[in-house]
Amino acid sequence: MSKLLLTGNYAAAYAVRDAEPDVVSAYPITPQTPVIEKIAEFIESGELNAKFVRVESEHSAMAALIGAASVGARTYTATSSQGLFYMYEVIWWASGARLPIVMGIVTRALGPPWNIWSEHADFYALRDSGWNMFFASSAQEVYDFTLVSYRVSENPEVLLPTLVGWDAFEVSHTYEPVSLVEKEELKSFIPPKGSWKPLLDVGEPGSLGNLAYPEEYIKVRFEMRKASERARRIIEESLRSYSSLTGRRYWFFDCVYCEDADTVFVIQGSIFGETLRAVEELRSRGEKVGLVKVWVYRPFPYEELGKAIEGTKNVVVLARASVFGSLSPLGSDVASALKLRGASARLFDVTVGVGGVDVKAEDVIGIYDKVRVSGESSFWWVR
Amino acid sequence: MAHRIFPQEEYILKGHAACPGCGATLLLRYVLKALGPSTYIVIPACCTSVIAGPHPRSAFRVPVLHIAFAASAAAASGMVEALEKLGKPANVVVWAGDGGTVDIGLQALSGAAERGHNIIYICYDNEAYMNTGIQKSGSTPYKAWTTTTPTGNPSFKKDVPSIMAAHRVPYVATINPAYPNDIIYKLRKASSIRGGLKYIHAFSPCPPGWRYDPSLTVKIARLAVETGVWVLYEVENGKFSLTGLSRNLLKKENRKPVAEYLKLQGRFAHLKQEEIDEIQRLVDEQWRRIEEIVAEHGARAKSV
Repeated sequence: MSKLLLTGNYAAAYAVRDAEPDVVSAYPITPQTPVIEKIAEFIESGELNAKFVRVESEHSAMAALIGAASVGARTYTATSSQGLFYMYEVIWWASGARLPIVMGIVTRALGPPWNIWSEHADFYALRDSGWNMFFASSAQEVYDFTLVSYRVSENPEVLLPTLVGWDAFEVSHTYEPVSLVEKEELKSFIPPKGSWKPLLDVGEPGSLGNLAYPEEYIKVRFEMRKASERARRIIEESLRSYSSLTGRRYWFFDCVYCEDADTVFVIQGSIFGETLRAVEELRSRGEKVGLVKVWVYRPFPYEELGKAIEGTKNVVVLARASVFGSLSPLGSDVASALKLRGASARLFDVTVGVGGVDVKAEDVIGIYDKVRVSGESSFWWVR
Repeated sequence: MAHRIFPQEEYILKGHAACPGCGATLLLRYVLKALGPSTYIVIPACCTSVIAGPHPRSAFRVPVLHIAFAASAAAASGMVEALEKLGKPANVVVWAGDGGTVDIGLQALSGAAERGHNIIYICYDNEAYMNTGIQKSGSTPYKAWTTTTPTGNPSFKKDVPSIMAAHRVPYVATINPAYPNDIIYKLRKASSIRGGLKYIHAFSPCPPGWRYDPSLTVKIARLAVETGVWVLYEVENGKFSLTGLSRNLLKKENRKPVAEYLKLQGRFAHLKQEEIDEIQRLVDEQWRRIEEIVAEHGARAKSV
């Protein structure tokens, strides 16, 4: 197993190289650009035998992959923020058409005002679109989840697109050592080409996406819902299989110091490091705190997560997204997970790190102190 | 001879959902006859996404990808590249209306043309947003009635074939359902040209949208050419040539008065004589420009 010093964006590109897609299509947007630049290099140097479509917009990037995947090609794209929103319409088309496209989302705030730094509002905007959604907190996880995405998406029981999110700059542009999986080993993990049947074929003419009357439409959507439910099991099985292949342990989420915790933080992404530092600091003071890092966001692991945190007194969600007039998306999901278990834990929904603001251990400790005395259950943390 | 150029096979089945007299369905029938079964079609939001019939059935005997309004040329780009990579060569055809081409789809079309994908892009131009109830598009003719231009369209029809020719694509052509031989000939030619986007702009009469009796579709289509309102031509690697009947229409006396074309359609019923005269002047002006282009292209155009 070789180890390279890679940014999160390069880690994505290396995973794509190793997954050997047939068609890659992308439009540049900061901070995603190095992903597609590196893939372009791989293709032009011959390291990756794929067609690269340099489209004129993100809308076209996803549309091109829909065209490619509909005839059986393995595909990849990556985007961020405004680009993702420009692509939004066809993102729903990809999942509704049941195409196993894989995409990277380098999470970034939305304008105005212009802001290129990290925030997860763009990522969360996809939560109802039918895509399977991973969130990575390091370059290693970007590499790993990108590979796992192909196995999940192309499983004939799933056939839904999958995306991996990771933070702008904190992960996208930060170098760290990344262990790569040898190509020979990957052969046993990623499905062989042609393991799923293309939806369109001249040998067997059919049509994809035509008009469906209400009774047919709800059936098609219900099939999609069932596929998404099956994806939960396929994701778990794929992560286990990947863990035994690499020795890196993955599940729906990671739980640190959870056993005896009476307060648990729930986070996603690169704030894991500083939150863990805070948890260790609080532990050293004798506070019983734990930390959950959510890896799989859709389908959301309501049952598993609810079970893991139902016994705690306080659950503090630190969500990195601008939210107005409601709980954060992550907070809502965690609230549901608790409610579905009938848990009595108190939920605090805290918005942090919007627009690239650093979230430091001291902030997390400050939030911990505030929730212990405050009656507020939902607030923004602005230093 | 006729049998050789005119395939008996039908790729549009009975039971499709087109209106009676639909020019687009007539066009697509000939297009598919020309291209044969090894053809994928990409269709954005337009009348044909309904004509194909409801899920899970399809009235077309070729694989069809229905896609969002602005996305057809891009979807075809990905499809054609994928088929090439997978070693499954076939015709990849975009079949889009004028709204999906001259308006919302133009950016993706321009991108696909610039990148040179091996796509046949066909715009069937019924000169308004017909599927949503006859609203003005960028292709609606000057003075035509639509539901969003109730007193007549104040703007001029966008000339997308010229825009596509300016992209230096290898082939641009116009077709008309009154001239099936010409359609078969041009589509086969487009199919034989590898490398680069082939753009075909099709005249597509619409009985409910243009407000005429469905029996008149072919008559109106023919009159459009005979009056010079619709010009049959092709631009092959930059060389412009008039084709078919349009070759004989450079002289004004060979063209019928546009009034003959306009008077059959309810969408022009509100026109006053001076407006008809103005449209006639615009058509004559268009032919004056064609004369210049033909002169510029010299001997080659004359030999067609």
